[in-house]
Amino acid sequence: MGTNQKILLLDDDPDLLDMYREILAQLPSRPEIHTATSGNRAMAMLEAEPFRLLISDLKMPKMDGLQVLSIVRRKYPQLRTVVLTSVVDEQFRSRVYALGVDLFWHKPGTEQEIKLFLECLESLLGRETEGGFRGVQSKSLVDIIQLECISQSSSLLRITNGPLTGKIWIQDGELMDAEGAGLTGEAAFQKILSWRTGVFESLPPEPSRPRTISKSYSALLLEGAQAFDESRSSGAIEGEAKPAVSPLAELSQVEGVEFILAMKPDPSAPAEARGLENPERMAAWSRQSFERFRALGEQLQAGPLERIEGLGPQRHVALACQGDTAFCVGWRHSMTRQQVGEMMKRVLALWAS
Amino acid sequence: MGLLTLFAKSPGTLLKLPSGSFTVDCEGCVVVGTVPSSFPESLVHDIAREVLAAFRGAEAAQLPLSELVVNYPSLKITARDLRGGAVIFLSPKAIYAPDAHH
Repeated sequence: MGTNQKILLLDDDPDLLDMYREILAQLPSRPEIHTATSGNRAMAMLEAEPFRLLISDLKMPKMDGLQVLSIVRRKYPQLRTVVLTSVVDEQFRSRVYALGVDLFWHKPGTEQEIKLFLECLESLLGRETEGGFRGVQSKSLVDIIQLECISQSSSLLRITNGPLTGKIWIQDGELMDAEGAGLTGEAAFQKILSWRTGVFESLPPEPSRPRTISKSYSALLLEGAQAFDESRSSGAIEGEAKPAVSPLAELSQVEGVEFILAMKPDPSAPAEARGLENPERMAAWSRQSFERFRALGEQLQAGPLERIEGLGPQRHVALACQGDTAFCVGWRHSMTRQQVGEMMKRVLALWAS
Repeated sequence: MGLLTLFAKSPGTLLKLPSGSFTVDCEGCVVVGTVPSSFPESLVHDIAREVLAAFRGAEAAQLPLSELVVNYPSLKITARDLRGGAVIFLSPKAIYAPDAHH
């Protein structure tokens, strides 16, 4: 039996653990069941050997389930986690899911509920280990467009990259129009093509859409690939001749941005800034605020810090992270807090793309 | 079938995120509040301390703020500057209705 099929059960009641063990023995994949009666014991067991799944109660003395799960999610992101509890308060369900737990189950009381619970567990255990064809394949946008055009399809592709949305109209394998990032036609198409990540949907075709793109799809894809290659090689080949273009430059052009500060996790690494004469102070405050409110979130078991917004008489500010980069962005004071929140999401999506 | 009685144990306690507000002076002492008494006082003080530190730090960085909103997946903390102190609002969020408390 592989290590993928080991389950760790955590509950402070030994009788319940025995009962669960019997129930889980009915799983078709016949997993190895291990038990722990305290959070500390569970942490030690997870440290000692790999498990596939942790099933935890919430209400436990000393270290409760939320505390265990917040540590486990951070330390073992690959470990599947399930909460099995008698707590019916919806707030705890929200907080459990906010931690990234896979399933929240009320303790089953009937045979039907037990059957459903086992089915869910089996599905969780089965993911990533089953063979065959399953799930959604990750393809580049170029592949998707080529596929649509070569097969002479008609469709409307809607591409979403965070808060950014783009549309590409294809009719009988020909590119008709594109729209996105405030652009239309070929410019929009190239802009959408430059997004590195996102999701796409294929919507019903709109044959009445007027044609604004005259070039063939292969010519446009070639131009896009050339532009991408040039932008990648310009730094290496022409870097000495031309000043390096800061990736923050584009973000600082977003409407409403007054300044922007990007910081890496290493506090000794200098922050990159645009629109600030003396960024060190602002960087120090930003780092401190991130650190303090992250720690507070853990204390409160409120989940990972998402965003901090500050409103001031001179300017507003928003702090958030994208990947391993922390941002502090200053916004025009005439903007509302909702606008600051929305535009901050846009900045983060632009950075990601 | 005996299952229901066996599953019905309820030891331990869980920290419930409170809904309410409280006002602190510039020293971080709570002046008045509507946060339930079941919520640990030490956590109320921790929240106040971090909020006041954020306001003061911002001012030192020449970015005076009158309002601060800290977003977590399951809690929103809104704080308004009150002449060195602050009034702080705590609003638990439902994960499937993120706009419900905005």
